[in-house]
Amino acid sequence: MMANVATFESGTTQLLMGNEGIARGALEAGIGFASAYPGNPSSEIIGTLAEVAKDAGIYVEWSVNEKVALEAATAASFAGVRSIVAMKQNGLNVVLDFLMGLAMTGTNAGLVLVTCDDPGALSSTEEEDSRPVAKWACLPLLEPATFQEEKDMTTWAFELSEKLKTICLLRGVTRTSHARGDVRIGERLPPNRDAKFEAVVPLQYTSLPPSLKHGLAHQKMDRAREIFEDSPFNWYEGPEEPDLLIVTCGSGWFYSLEAVKALDVEGTVGILKLGTTWPLPEKLIRQHLNRTEKVLVVEEIDPFLESSLKELVGEDPAAVGPITFFGKRSGHIPLAGEINPDIVTSAISRILEKAYVPVDADYAQKALGLTSFFTHPRMVGFCAGCPHRATFWSVKNALKLDGRGGFVTGDIGCYTMALGPTGFWQLKTAQAMGSATGMACGFGKLSEFGFQQPVVAACGDSTFFHATIPALISGIYNRANFTLLVLDNSATAMTGFQPHPGTGATATGEVATAIDIATVCRALGVRVEITDPFDLKVSTEKLLDLIQDEGGVRVLISRRECALVRGRREKPAYRMHVDAERCIGENCGCGRMCTRVFQCPGLIWDVANGVAKIDEVICAGCGVCTDICPGGAIIREAG
Amino acid sequence: MKDKDPLNIIITGVGGQGNVLMSQLAGKALVRSGYHATIGETYGASQRGGAVMSHLRVSREKQYGPLIAQGQADIVLGLEPLETMRVLAQYGNPEVVVISNSRPIFPPVVSSGEGQYPTPEQIGSVLQQLSKKAWLVNATDIALEMGAPILANIVMMGTLVGTGLLPVGPEAFETELAESLSRERLDANIKAFRRGLAEVSALT
Repeated sequence: MMANVATFESGTTQLLMGNEGIARGALEAGIGFASAYPGNPSSEIIGTLAEVAKDAGIYVEWSVNEKVALEAATAASFAGVRSIVAMKQNGLNVVLDFLMGLAMTGTNAGLVLVTCDDPGALSSTEEEDSRPVAKWACLPLLEPATFQEEKDMTTWAFELSEKLKTICLLRGVTRTSHARGDVRIGERLPPNRDAKFEAVVPLQYTSLPPSLKHGLAHQKMDRAREIFEDSPFNWYEGPEEPDLLIVTCGSGWFYSLEAVKALDVEGTVGILKLGTTWPLPEKLIRQHLNRTEKVLVVEEIDPFLESSLKELVGEDPAAVGPITFFGKRSGHIPLAGEINPDIVTSAISRILEKAYVPVDADYAQKALGLTSFFTHPRMVGFCAGCPHRATFWSVKNALKLDGRGGFVTGDIGCYTMALGPTGFWQLKTAQAMGSATGMACGFGKLSEFGFQQPVVAACGDSTFFHATIPALISGIYNRANFTLLVLDNSATAMTGFQPHPGTGATATGEVATAIDIATVCRALGVRVEITDPFDLKVSTEKLLDLIQDEGGVRVLISRRECALVRGRREKPAYRMHVDAERCIGENCGCGRMCTRVFQCPGLIWDVANGVAKIDEVICAGCGVCTDICPGGAIIREAG
Repeated sequence: MKDKDPLNIIITGVGGQGNVLMSQLAGKALVRSGYHATIGETYGASQRGGAVMSHLRVSREKQYGPLIAQGQADIVLGLEPLETMRVLAQYGNPEVVVISNSRPIFPPVVSSGEGQYPTPEQIGSVLQQLSKKAWLVNATDIALEMGAPILANIVMMGTLVGTGLLPVGPEAFETELAESLSRERLDANIKAFRRGLAEVSALT
């Protein structure tokens, strides 16, 4: 059997993704329960635990959404079983209602919530910093900086949670969670198998009485602050009295080290690396602030640490003397987007007025000159053979045939990319999970204000379960006028093809009741149609008919398995080629429908002959482009 | 080259080509041989036709951060020529060594006729001018010959290992493949890896 995160031997060194390190750290803490709704860059934490659940003897689930994931993990904690829950920054927004109550309630067995932020929004629709939640909810916050810390800090977070009797937050970012490094493996602890729920004191597992519990939460923070003063996850490297003190956490630590080395200022610049960023170890920090007059704060997304440091100085300015702060507020580190070693180097270089030339100027100019004409952007879009491209082709045509200015409200998933060219710019809004339908509830009630456009709300199959159902029920109840379009590709495709309640399988591969979206919708009393998106004609007709069947909510389920999932299992359905006789290129009058409008990456242009061509390495053999070519030049043959 | 510390390698390509898998394979082989390895990867777009790259940093002494600073790449392994050029423009320097697949994947603006893709001659010339040494490998053609275009990635990895620029040899890679692949997939991958190794002598 292949070694995995559960079976790695103690004492060995393994290359682990940060998220895998967190998973291993949880196993070394003896967790019994793990839950999440997938969201990048956090998905591999619970994904990894799901793969090894049987080897590790633990329970792992993909919950219907983040709030249920946290509620379920909390139940395990209350019953004495250590548990972990993981989510991306948006997921934290979903759990807030429960989390605020839990922070006042407290916990029993160790409970750790990992939230992974996405600086630069590499796989998100927004950029958001999770950390302020620690402050408003009164919760301890840890931020690992190295791959070893991902694991070790996670294990320690469970002890901390049990000492304080509160949920512990661990914040990752893309470059800590979704990067890989070598990690020394430790011993695993077995989970507690004497689970029992028992309230020792009245109201123990409630947030009541509120003022008393709020006071207790603040006391827990005082205790955390004391513990953090001696934490091995905080350390200083540099001269006794640095000209510049860098205070950093998370991904900023590696970048700071690199920048100091690149500028050759190791003798005058010190780095205080903090792993415990809320509450702050105040004595430790004051001690270091005392020895310098300039501080640069290096952190990802918002100036959270920076603001906290300034607050700390403000409480007793005389204790640390005059300090000039540099960071996101001063403009030395940008307020938006990812940071990297170059940004940190340039910040230090500006503060110390020490010149730094990162790249050989002649080379840089030559490289720019030689490449810039060719290095076209590659915008992300639907894959070759993706059913969503076909669905949005029909959406575009149905809305055009209807002719009343109909539009699509958007949601979060692969199909969000329909706000770009490969979905023909059909998606007009994109906010949060379930919001397409929630917004359609509003648009669909505007007729008395003169609103006459048809509204189509898009959602995926996993999103349907996550957050669409309440909005759908609200729309039906209030007789809102819209069509719900469920793009059902039988997977949570955007985050790595995790199963969900509709797929008939659990996170650990057991057979589950497959909850049928059509049956759910029919039970709510609305008209439901199902279509195969690859049948462009029928899909367009069905959608047009539904759009025009006004006076309430209607549902179209466009059902076809994700091309990537299918491609792993089956050979392509068709072998495709272009009949170079029939394709008359620019003379056709179609305006190169295939390569300019449909834009499947499997369709390319033969410049020399002025005709369309199939790239056999990319083409997934779905056969749909045969039906969009007005010249009948794209030929599909059964594979 | 293999004694440089840290050794900065960038593996680049288009989402779906197996860029992340290749960086993991190399990273695991290096860690198994006692090196510190760090990998930072661009993802999200990783299966969706976007430009992707992995930064792999190798050191005898310590762990480095996941991102390479501008102009600091020592080796660029390109699974797609345009992406090789893109990475060189940002991370290249006169000492960089380049190994690139020759087979293009056209960006949408090229397929639609708005943008031009460089000719094979232009690609060769640009890569030569921007590196100390550059190899172009027909990895996709080799992989197609072997029956599965995806194997181009492992052919390319074989070529990189064959150049002797890495501090570990082919054995470490083959052990790693044997550990991480199922039986059915192992044979084809080993064969492709060895084709890549042999490609070096054909090119030099």
